[in-house]
Amino acid sequence: MSDAPEAEFSAEQVRHLASLARIGMTNDEVEAFRRELGDILVHIGALQAVDADGVPPTANGADLINIDAADESRPPLPREAILANAPQREGAYFRVHAVLE
Amino acid sequence: MAPPAAPRTIVEAAAALRRGDATSVGLTRAALDRIAATDDRVKAFITVTAERALEQAAAADELLARGEAASPLAGVPIALKDVLMTEGVRTTAGSKMLGDLVPPYDATAVARLRGAGAPSVGKANMDEFAMGSSTEHSAWFPTANPWDLDRVPGGSSGGSAAAVAAGQCFASLGSDTGGSIRQPAAFCGVVGMKPTYGAVSRYGLIAFASSLDQIGPFTRTVEDAALLLQAIAAPDPLDATCSPEPRPDYAAELGGGLDGLRIAAPRQFFSDGDGGMDDGVAAAVAAAVDALEANGASVDRGVEMPTVEHALPVYYVLAPSECSANLARYDGSKYGLGERRGESMWDDMEATRRRGFGPEVKRRILLGAYALSAGYYDAWYLQAQKVRTVLRREFDRVFAAADLIVAPTTPTVAFRRGEITDPYRMYLNDIYTIPANIAGLPALSLPCGEAEHGMPVGLQLIANRWREPLLFRAAHAYERVSGWNARAPELPA
Repeated sequence: MSDAPEAEFSAEQVRHLASLARIGMTNDEVEAFRRELGDILVHIGALQAVDADGVPPTANGADLINIDAADESRPPLPREAILANAPQREGAYFRVHAVLE
Repeated sequence: MAPPAAPRTIVEAAAALRRGDATSVGLTRAALDRIAATDDRVKAFITVTAERALEQAAAADELLARGEAASPLAGVPIALKDVLMTEGVRTTAGSKMLGDLVPPYDATAVARLRGAGAPSVGKANMDEFAMGSSTEHSAWFPTANPWDLDRVPGGSSGGSAAAVAAGQCFASLGSDTGGSIRQPAAFCGVVGMKPTYGAVSRYGLIAFASSLDQIGPFTRTVEDAALLLQAIAAPDPLDATCSPEPRPDYAAELGGGLDGLRIAAPRQFFSDGDGGMDDGVAAAVAAAVDALEANGASVDRGVEMPTVEHALPVYYVLAPSECSANLARYDGSKYGLGERRGESMWDDMEATRRRGFGPEVKRRILLGAYALSAGYYDAWYLQAQKVRTVLRREFDRVFAAADLIVAPTTPTVAFRRGEITDPYRMYLNDIYTIPANIAGLPALSLPCGEAEHGMPVGLQLIANRWREPLLFRAAHAYERVSGWNARAPELPA
């Protein structure tokens, strides 16, 4: 396969992935993940050699596409039980930083 | 040493409860006593729910006294993997991210067991978000293997397996994405079963990899596994991936024996590979295959399944990809850990996810983000999904000529805590269990002897989709002729 990915990870790549995944990371962590992810990719790289041209992808192991549910209202979960798990709340609201700047 | 709690199985307990030889409160108290006496060493439980369990037991006793207890699970104390949502009982998924989460609802599988009258003694330890093969990745503490406290119980459902092996409950629920029920069952010498994808509702199962995850039972016997699966498997409008078809009687073929069964033993499941198969494990499994043959099954050892060797790479693209999407929900806003010391929402999110996730979870999220990212998607994620089709077709071909596949559950016996530090070496634990998840097939592990250091070995049987009754039939027949399930670890109170 012509676009077979390189097995080596750069620190820059790890930082990019961490920012995509919104995970804060120290330089030491970046270095550890760089080595480990590179190693894992080398091991699973054999996947690239399997001839699967023209084979349709399978999304899951079931033959099931979807099921329908009756369009009926059900009692909602109790609001207080949900809000009790909020890291920060204000009255009946979740309190977060402004999303729009 | 206190005598082991008798009865020992769900079937025996159900009979004793109906004869009046036992009460649910008595059985539940004995389980809680056993936990109190042993769990400082085994550490199977993150949360023990003694008071609730005894309340549920008292209610079950009333049900039994009125003769209204239809389920064999009525009054029989069980445990739940901490990845299953339990209303009013802290549910952590083994993660600091959810250290304080008290769910407002029950998972469907939990609700069904509660409805059947089975008291739950607590929430069992696990690798964080079900990612791991040793329960060493729990954010709280590692669980020990009851057969040798210096060894791991396997994972990710290590607490659920250890609790059953240690006599702390009659049965438990786990979840299996790449082997997380069968591998710990093998390591702990109990029965563990992953149903067909879509058999058990996953509503309230904290998601890891949604095209692979299934909930299933840990028990001491095959018959118990069939009964426990029967109690939890049903259509559920709350899970769009749960089959709307009626479930079969899972115990219907028990007692059918091995006569006439065609069993494939594909070479790739027995090859050493880079998994480094223990000699003792290879010998125990070979002897078990011989026993299947000697008791009436025909075994074909010449079957080839070349794509099985690619199942692990397929898994380590698909599962991390799905996990990176599923775990995006932990943003620190609505529940769970939420850092609030940053300048912006993004600062808080990065701090929350940095502190809330452990290293293995971060590793898999990063790997998934990579496999799904622009420029790499076709080469990794799409290619893995295509190879998944190839593997599935290979299983279809084998099942056109065979009723079941037999294989080892794991290449080795339980290893020492701290022994495996390299992430990829840890992944190799699951080389024989992953294929069934990728193809959505039901598979079961049951004890088939002992090997290195006297540790238990697991035999794996895999059936075609929705053929659980046949799977239970063959496993039950082997269990009867081998008697290995009668072995239990010595764990003084």
